[in-house]
Amino acid sequence: MGNNIKHAAISALLTAVLVMPVFGLELIRQGARTLMQPNWSFVFIAMAVVFVGQLCRPWLMIPFKAMKRGLPTLPAAPTGGNKFIIFVLVAAAVIWPFFSGRSSVDIATLVLIYVMLALGLNIVVGFAGLLDLGFVGFYAVGAYTYALLYQWAGWGFWEALPVAGAMAALFGFILGFPVLRLRGDYLAIVTLGFGEIIRLLLINLNQFTGGPDGISGIPKPTVFGLEMTRRASEEGGETFHQFMGWTFQNQHMVIYLYLMALMFALVTLFVSTRLIRMPVGRAWEALREDEIACRSLGLNPTRIKLSAFTLGAMFAGFGGAFFAARQGLVNPESFTFIESALILAIVVLGGMGSQVGVILAAILITVVPELAREFAEYRMLIFGLVMVLMMVWRPQGLLPMKRPHVELEK
Amino acid sequence: MSSEVLLKVSGLSMRFGGLLAVDNIQFDVKGDEVFAIIGPNGAGKTTVFNCVGGFYKPSSGVIEMAGKSIAGLPSHEVARHGLVRTFQNVRLFKELTVLENLLVAQHTQVESRLLPGLFKTRGYRRAEDEARAHAAQWLDFMGLREFANREAGNLAYGHQRRLEIARCMITKPKLLMLDEPAAGLNPQEKRDLQGLIHQLRQEFGVAVLLIEHDMSLIMGISDRILVMEHGRAITTGTPDEVRNDARVIKAYLGEE
Amino acid sequence: MSDLIPQLTQQVFNGLSLGAIYALIAIGYTMVYGIIGMINFAHGEIYMIGAYVGLVTLTAFGTASGMPLPLLIAGMLVVAMAVTGVYGYTLERVAYRPVRGSPRLVALISAIGMSIFLQNWMALGQGARDMAVPALFSGGINFELGGSGFGVTMPYSRILIIVVTVVLMIGLTLFIRHSRMGRASRACSQDMHMANLLGIDTNKVISFTFVLGAMLAAVGGVLIAITIGKLNPFIGFIVGIKAFTAAVLGGIGSIPGAMLGGVLLGLAETFAAAYISSQYKDIVAFSLLVLILLFRPTGLLGKPEVEKV
Repeated sequence: MGNNIKHAAISALLTAVLVMPVFGLELIRQGARTLMQPNWSFVFIAMAVVFVGQLCRPWLMIPFKAMKRGLPTLPAAPTGGNKFIIFVLVAAAVIWPFFSGRSSVDIATLVLIYVMLALGLNIVVGFAGLLDLGFVGFYAVGAYTYALLYQWAGWGFWEALPVAGAMAALFGFILGFPVLRLRGDYLAIVTLGFGEIIRLLLINLNQFTGGPDGISGIPKPTVFGLEMTRRASEEGGETFHQFMGWTFQNQHMVIYLYLMALMFALVTLFVSTRLIRMPVGRAWEALREDEIACRSLGLNPTRIKLSAFTLGAMFAGFGGAFFAARQGLVNPESFTFIESALILAIVVLGGMGSQVGVILAAILITVVPELAREFAEYRMLIFGLVMVLMMVWRPQGLLPMKRPHVELEK
Repeated sequence: MSSEVLLKVSGLSMRFGGLLAVDNIQFDVKGDEVFAIIGPNGAGKTTVFNCVGGFYKPSSGVIEMAGKSIAGLPSHEVARHGLVRTFQNVRLFKELTVLENLLVAQHTQVESRLLPGLFKTRGYRRAEDEARAHAAQWLDFMGLREFANREAGNLAYGHQRRLEIARCMITKPKLLMLDEPAAGLNPQEKRDLQGLIHQLRQEFGVAVLLIEHDMSLIMGISDRILVMEHGRAITTGTPDEVRNDARVIKAYLGEE
Repeated sequence: MSDLIPQLTQQVFNGLSLGAIYALIAIGYTMVYGIIGMINFAHGEIYMIGAYVGLVTLTAFGTASGMPLPLLIAGMLVVAMAVTGVYGYTLERVAYRPVRGSPRLVALISAIGMSIFLQNWMALGQGARDMAVPALFSGGINFELGGSGFGVTMPYSRILIIVVTVVLMIGLTLFIRHSRMGRASRACSQDMHMANLLGIDTNKVISFTFVLGAMLAAVGGVLIAITIGKLNPFIGFIVGIKAFTAAVLGGIGSIPGAMLGGVLLGLAETFAAAYISSQYKDIVAFSLLVLILLFRPTGLLGKPEVEKV
């Protein structure tokens, strides 16, 4: 018992050292001078909490140990079996926005964008096991491709979309080719560097990219060539609503964007579901397990990894184009490392390789901060903390999924 | 399957920093023979394997497979020339099933393009079915059919070794390189292995290059043997010649 | 080009003082990587915390209190080193030790999470905006070279950076070479398992490595704060990546490599800023990182690795 108290006391002391220069002695600017305002109560409370916490540690650990094992591991989702459930879910998702408020649909659209991006990154990180910290770079390429095509050549969304995906995939290919043979940690840092290089280029190449202000006035997607606006932008043009004989409401564009995002997310889900059951998916898994064995069988590791990397980049590109269309403007500030970290966190927290887990994590990470608006200040702090805690307590993710196996009938 | 020279190695040397692990090794393997490399520990046998297989870039030397130079090529390209190998510590894809191990090995032979796979075209499905059937054949041949859907890591050691060999054979190689295939096997399993190598050679026309320590296996199965010590060749010959060679005896037993 | 020499001298001086900072931080990266094979993603934040602690200490003492300048600076350094030492120790215990056996990605995510956490920890505590650091001293050694009229400016603050760094480098090298802990560190970085079997308390060595690296980064933080005059909670990110670049450039795992890499990167960045464009200097650092990892991942002083089959 005495040892415990000593241990707790030392922890409390260390806490004091940690907390004091950050929260205990606050620097306040007063005119040209900097003053210090001590906040001893904070320090003492922190010390007390840690002291008591350390003493009670054995009891506190019980629920956390349970969490380590508790949550279920999903069995491999059978391809054909649950078609009915999936149909019902999709139908519900399609109908829902017509009965919801605008802001809810807006948030849901944001969730779907992240679902799509996370599923795309899941191909790279979860299936192929490649540590990619620069995913946001491809997202930016997609967004700016659309923005620039509009600015220079007046292209609309649907024409620019395939180009955006192709450009992002191209960047992925060019980056991936030399880089994918690097060891895990190094690959992570290089991709991080690449993402930052893209962002810096976007900020500095003013002529091309509009610099820090970016490009604005990007049009929303059309519906089969008809604009969804109150009035046609060109003389004699017809809007979608005029064509259908409906009255325009702002809500309709919001719903349209939501449905588009839903479509993108479903396509990404479909593609990634197919991929793990295809030879390339098996190759990714084999490569993750033992690259040397793969090579000895004639598999070219770089080419196989490249396919994952390029595909992931392509989906990021599509996502970026959609993002640009929805926002109406792009600037470098939307494409920081934090975005890459966020999407990576979604993939890892959901359970790498687990599509259901990734979708769930995307929903949680996007929706929860919206619900807890008062804590907005603490959002990133909590986010960082959750990342650390999850890795320490449940690194396999919320809903790890067993991989579907190819079976041989007897 | 011919008795022409399939693999030709000459002047092979491998230097690691200051250490000359392999010094001017020369041998060739004909298309229908079983060739063994033996020698005390540290003789450089596995290094020779790694050089031939493309896992190390040899410091110097000529390595030719069916007349084409493969020295210095990366291992996956060497494999595409028809040369595959097993490893001392079995390197299976432990979390893939037995069947999937055999499917991955056929990667270069199946339809691996994206669009056919995404939309499950007829051509794709046919290629997958053929791959599966081919794998099933090998499972039957090796007596592993009942384990088809089990994770490879859960197999008994002897079965794992056989799976590794099956995985190599399913790539339709010309030369099979076995790195200490008998290590850890019991006497019955060793006899089975001997029979298996013989059968592979007869039925599938594959040449075999192996490293082994088990003398009875070596003497029973090999057509010719290269004996190495300290990175150098001591002698090359038939099992009888090697068995009675004084230098070989000295290398293994020391001075009398 | 009569002012080429003084211009070059100026750039070299600037590059050295910048490089010294990178070297101090790079050592932390290289030591941790050498011993547990992990990139300490949150190391840049330790540097940032060191800078803030320096500022807090400075404010606590009060610039007008009449304390002699060297004592003031020494005080800032000592307090910053002590506090960040504790941060380094806690960081390892909380975010790295529990995931030591886990796959690479898990440890990386934990480190990134810690990095984000610390940035916002400081932002909540002291505000997310720029904070000014009062100027401690102005002026420096200014002279003209070659009679061209181009003056070379060597501010005292930058001279201080170089001097302190050199002293610390020498001290560190002696320590690693001659002390027990230094020997234990070297043993652990060569073969952790064996060191453990020989009775070395590897946990203690690892903690020590984190603490030492943190202290050096703190020195860098305090010195930069004094020189540049402002800081914010997010300065750790970019500087951290650049310092990591320096560590890789010199050869990850090698302390002399980190010193060399730091200096080289500082010079490269300064020259790029002067002769290409100051906007692109960050791109120079990142591009250098990508290039080294592609063409010579073991760095200048590192040994090429051979893959064991």
